[in-house]
Amino acid sequence: MKIIEVKDVSKSYGGVKANTDISIDVEKGGITGLIGPNGSGKTTLFNSIVGYHPIDKGSIKFEGAEISKMPVQDIARLGLLRTFQQTRIYGDMNCVENMLISLPHRKMTLREAFTTNTREDHERAEHLLDFVGLHEKRFLRSGSLSFGQQKLLEFAMALMNEPTVLLLDEPTAGINPTLINGLIDRLKRANSEFGITLFIIEHNMRVIMNMADRIYCLAHGELLAAGTPAEIQNDQRVVDAYLGAH
Amino acid sequence: MTVLRPVFYLALLAFIIAAPFLLPDFRTQLATLWLFIILAMTWDMTGGQMGYNSLGNILFYGAGMYIAAVVGISIVYDVGEYTNAFGGGTYKFTPTQYFIGMGLGLLLAGVLSAAIAWIMGYLLFQFRGPYFAIGTLGAAIAAGELVSNWEWVGGGQGIALPVYPGDFDVGKLFFYYLFAVMGVILFIFLRWFYTTRFAAAINAIRDDEEKAEAMGIHTLRYKLTTWAIAAFFVGIAGGISGYQLIHFEPLETAFQTINLGIFMVVCVLLGGKGTLWGPIIGAILFHVVKEVTWNYLLGWQWVALGALIVVTVVYFQDGLMGWLASKKPEWFGERVITKPDVAGEPAE
Repeated sequence: MKIIEVKDVSKSYGGVKANTDISIDVEKGGITGLIGPNGSGKTTLFNSIVGYHPIDKGSIKFEGAEISKMPVQDIARLGLLRTFQQTRIYGDMNCVENMLISLPHRKMTLREAFTTNTREDHERAEHLLDFVGLHEKRFLRSGSLSFGQQKLLEFAMALMNEPTVLLLDEPTAGINPTLINGLIDRLKRANSEFGITLFIIEHNMRVIMNMADRIYCLAHGELLAAGTPAEIQNDQRVVDAYLGAH
Repeated sequence: MTVLRPVFYLALLAFIIAAPFLLPDFRTQLATLWLFIILAMTWDMTGGQMGYNSLGNILFYGAGMYIAAVVGISIVYDVGEYTNAFGGGTYKFTPTQYFIGMGLGLLLAGVLSAAIAWIMGYLLFQFRGPYFAIGTLGAAIAAGELVSNWEWVGGGQGIALPVYPGDFDVGKLFFYYLFAVMGVILFIFLRWFYTTRFAAAINAIRDDEEKAEAMGIHTLRYKLTTWAIAAFFVGIAGGISGYQLIHFEPLETAFQTINLGIFMVVCVLLGGKGTLWGPIIGAILFHVVKEVTWNYLLGWQWVALGALIVVTVVYFQDGLMGWLASKKPEWFGERVITKPDVAGEPAE
């Protein structure tokens, strides 16, 4: 079943065509990858899906309903969540507070919001911090963490929010190579254990080939290729795009 | 610490109750101090905890003052006639009428001020940062001008309310305790409020509103609710002030944007934004400084006040509490775990 359907989406900034007639499907329950050289329009497409800017033409559907004209908050409340390429966490709070803020407010009535966090909330926060390996640092000001740790925290916060679909913008960028294997494992577990559909922008080929069921490749704002990791790896156009021949 | 806490609160409560007897010459001053504390604490709800610096909270103070007065009068007399006569001798209130009118007036002052905040918020929360501050300031100034041209509520002359039915000194005590009870209720409320998920969400709005939106928090609803709660308390405080002052007029007393409207902000800046105790400590500090300079530096009091604001903004941007928190983070719950991180240090 397709959970996100992007059809013929175009977006330009002034004279720059960031996305041209892009069509992409994200399968429910799977891990879908989005690759492409720098400036190929990956983040633009993410921003279009989550409603950060209006698209010029085309249609974006989430669970069968059109979302291309909805504002960010409304889309987020449907359970479609994204993390940022430049991490965004609440730097003045400690990790546990960051986690507790990330409770799914969309599932709360105003009356429920006027309650204090339960023991289960705290346990879940600690469990997820443990899951991403930040348990030791949970009471530190999150702004004092390194960039890589902040990325892990943002990932844990996203999990805390219980999304249906999680859009991750370069989850491994800035993370120590020895940690990357652990992160791949955690992303896979988030998918299999928590049932979260993942849609991932990634530059690290080893990472994305390891995880994704299906990969889309963008170049110069256009869809260049789509297929299984094996197909993409052997696609001459993809290789050329990355080596700059395109 | 946990053992000392109830003792501390009980001692504080005893002091609050005994204060007007310990300092009998300062009863009105103490009541005004409570007003400052209430206004500072409510201002901090949006300014410190939510990151929306309102310069127009005085609007709810003025609105509450007028609403409480009009309701109190209207249960006995026609408001238009009453205000035209400007408190002339033919209008008498029995103690029962006085207290019922005031009670009803204060309740409605709170509820209607909250409603005004909710409605205005739809427009004003479109603005962020300094634009919100200017927008709210504009709204408060406009409200003052509007009311001063509204003859039914006395126009520029304002309203003269009946005096407290009873002994003059008992009246002073009455208003002190009215403010004190309200301040204590507000403190207890906020102490709980800042532990809720709701408060965590408004902190998220303060620290990164875009992120909060992206996490699916109902940002507008939360902002409106917070401001409405603050306005509820400010409205009641304004209502009490009106009855305490007896006579008030729109621009200098009720919608006094340049005095009280700014004082409440200064109180919070002095004490420390976004903390429970900061606004209270700031209000006490500010009130003392203000009274001392008004008494001993007359003519220079505004200069001294300005200098205080400049020093605070330049050297103590986070206020007294913020300064303490940076010096003694362990007092505020920051724990450093020295054990090496099992996950290792990610590369920079």
